[in-house]
Amino acid sequence: MTKKMIFAGFGGQGVLVMGYLMALTGMRQGKNVTYLPAYGAEVRGGTANCTVVISDQEIASPVSSSPDFVIVMNNPSLVRFANMVAQDGFLLTNSSLVHGEVKRHDVTKVPVPVNELAHELGEDRSANVIMVGALAEATGVVSIEDLKEALAYTGLGKKPKVLELNRRALEVGAENARQVLNKEKSA
Amino acid sequence: MLGEAAVRAGCRYYFGYPITPQNEVPEYMSGRLLEVGGTFVQAESELASINMVIGAAMAGARVMTTSSSPGISLMQEGISYLAGLELPAVIANVVRGGPGLGNIAPAQSDYFQATRGGGHGDYRTIVLAPSSCQELCDLTMKAFDLADKYRNPVMILGDGMMGQMMEPVEFPEMIDLADLPAKDWTITGNQGRPSRALLSLLLTPKVLEDHNYKLVRKYDAVTRSETDWEEYLLEDARQVVVAYGTAARIAKGAIKRVRSMGLKVGLLRPKTLWPFPSQPIKELTRIVRQLLVFEMSTGQMVEDVEMAVAGQAQVHFYGRPGGVIPTPEEVAHQISHYYYQAGLMDGEDEAKRRGGVA
Amino acid sequence: MKKIFEKPKSLKPNVMHYCPGCGHSIIHRLVAETIDELGIQERTLGVPPAGCAVLAYNYFDVDMGEAPHGRAVAVATGLKRVLPDHVVFTYQGDGDIAAIGTAEIIHAANRGEKVTAIFVNNGTYGMTGGQMAPTTLLGMNSTTTPGGRDGARDGAPLDLTQMLAVAEGSAYLERVTVATPKHIRQAKKAIKKAFQVQLDGLGFSVVEVLSPCPTNWKMSPVAAYEWTLQEMTKIFPLGVIKDITGYDEK
Ligand code: SF4
Repeated sequence: MTKKMIFAGFGGQGVLVMGYLMALTGMRQGKNVTYLPAYGAEVRGGTANCTVVISDQEIASPVSSSPDFVIVMNNPSLVRFANMVAQDGFLLTNSSLVHGEVKRHDVTKVPVPVNELAHELGEDRSANVIMVGALAEATGVVSIEDLKEALAYTGLGKKPKVLELNRRALEVGAENARQVLNKEKSA
Repeated sequence: MLGEAAVRAGCRYYFGYPITPQNEVPEYMSGRLLEVGGTFVQAESELASINMVIGAAMAGARVMTTSSSPGISLMQEGISYLAGLELPAVIANVVRGGPGLGNIAPAQSDYFQATRGGGHGDYRTIVLAPSSCQELCDLTMKAFDLADKYRNPVMILGDGMMGQMMEPVEFPEMIDLADLPAKDWTITGNQGRPSRALLSLLLTPKVLEDHNYKLVRKYDAVTRSETDWEEYLLEDARQVVVAYGTAARIAKGAIKRVRSMGLKVGLLRPKTLWPFPSQPIKELTRIVRQLLVFEMSTGQMVEDVEMAVAGQAQVHFYGRPGGVIPTPEEVAHQISHYYYQAGLMDGEDEAKRRGGVA
Repeated sequence: MKKIFEKPKSLKPNVMHYCPGCGHSIIHRLVAETIDELGIQERTLGVPPAGCAVLAYNYFDVDMGEAPHGRAVAVATGLKRVLPDHVVFTYQGDGDIAAIGTAEIIHAANRGEKVTAIFVNNGTYGMTGGQMAPTTLLGMNSTTTPGGRDGARDGAPLDLTQMLAVAEGSAYLERVTVATPKHIRQAKKAIKKAFQVQLDGLGFSVVEVLSPCPTNWKMSPVAAYEWTLQEMTKIFPLGVIKDITGYDEK
């Protein structure tokens, strides 16, 4: 199994942290991982993205033009990355901000209103972690439990209170993704 | 990572000047060397840093500098002196797009500069080309050993992608500096022996000629013992891709893709760019008739491949310069294009081969 | 009988290649005497320049490491950082230190590198045949300033040592000459003091020595010494430029 994913949004949305958390979790599960942030002029303009690959085998290329999962946190990223998602892949969008229509029927679309959910949770900055929770639940690439453990080894889990909050954020994201997918199934 | 590997290899002296995309290295070294009792100096230019490297190497230290393409251009004078003076030092070039200021995206356009010497005079720099984070770590450690063993500058040729990428890495143990063989050529004061001068200035032509040939013998020894490459799926290959560093990673992805379509394609990845694995590439021509060189440049290493092949196989080239990161898909497309064009598919291939012999 | 002239221990017995009347021979001797008197020959490292003194390693009986043109003090930085207990000096001409090596010298001074630069100022590129140096005087002939150096065209002479005074890390800067025996004694004192500054870890030290180059000035040695004293000192006045040592108060 090799899964490639691209996280994209604007600076300040914690896009790189999402990728890092994902890669770290995969690594802690004994998988091969690569984490490749876009850098330089590209990140000066206020946008950010990173590519993560998690695999059972040796990872050949750390870049991808047809990722299995694309996670977009803002509208410009939707325009840029939505069409790249591989067939039968997943497109997760931050539906609080992303409103564009994607005319693809060969991928699973998972809209998650992470900004509102984060606000409800009482910490606006946890939006990115909520999205990671949704991603894990929707795709099964890693488990929520593994993510919760890995959190402690990132900047998101340095203080016990913050760690606790972010662990809940993962659950909130997972729960939301479950609802979306169930609705889709029954529809 | 490069920095930590260097520290574990016993590097205690780092001199550098900021330039993107490699600023993580000096930033890391400035703190890490403090911890291990080493010395970090942010120099006023790359010219100054490489000359500080010369001084530290003369005094016998394991020393490193890092930079990116334009900065490496400035260092060429010093690298020529390192070679002439036979001083060990490690220089990492995190290559960016060029010429001129270019951009800061990953590129492989400094191949000529690295492998042809770059500076003035008849000399060679050992050039290592890692293609994963683990290898970057391993080859950095090895670079210090090679530099000391041959008393020669060693360059690590990477790019920004490797600089930014994270992969799990197992760091080797910190070496004990006391275990390293003593250097009997350094300048540390003439206590108990005649004064010593380290020079590349040899005014008498015959003396310089002798020195040049001494260097040649050393370079021959390096070529014999240190040429290194990786072979990937070569057993049944009908086409072989030649690529190094980041490009080799992408090529592997492409090869996996075309293999799933039944194309018999392998990869030969030089790990040392100088000495270049000419011999194994030459031997390849006994089993394949088609090579595809893939570089993130307009074509530099392809000249070495053509020289090695000496007309015994077709050599095609595909490159993306300017810091464009090619995708495995587009490389796969190139591979299959040439594969089908040459009729390397089953049956047809065999028939042609027999036809050729007859 | 008391010997009145003895070769310093830190000079090799080789015959120097410098032109008759060249200041280099004297300055070499002063540096070597200093090394002897301080008893530091076994831990002194020299960095010769590119220029007339490129062969200085043939004369100084200490370990020497060659530097590219202008980079002597960067090489010295590397040496000194690895061997902090050693005494490291560079020997540089005006082209080396004040033209191609300007950046290196200013920043070494600014970092307060504990090394000593012996800066030989003869207002010309001696080795390459008498081209204009950054320190060539206005009106002075050189092979690249036909009709004499013209300030509007070629710029005015640069007082590098003065420039170094503003650098926080420079501890001792003095300009001397070897034009007369009296001045030679002063030069010796300055060189010895500069080495002492390094031994005491006070910072960067430079001794600029105004030195005659009869060959490229196209003068007799006697006229060249006279000219050094009369003309060069007008633009490059002798004396202490900076001194934070407080040695003289003691
Ligand atoms: S050219 Fe001038 S500086 Fe050079 S050795 Fe002759 S007199 Fe001395």
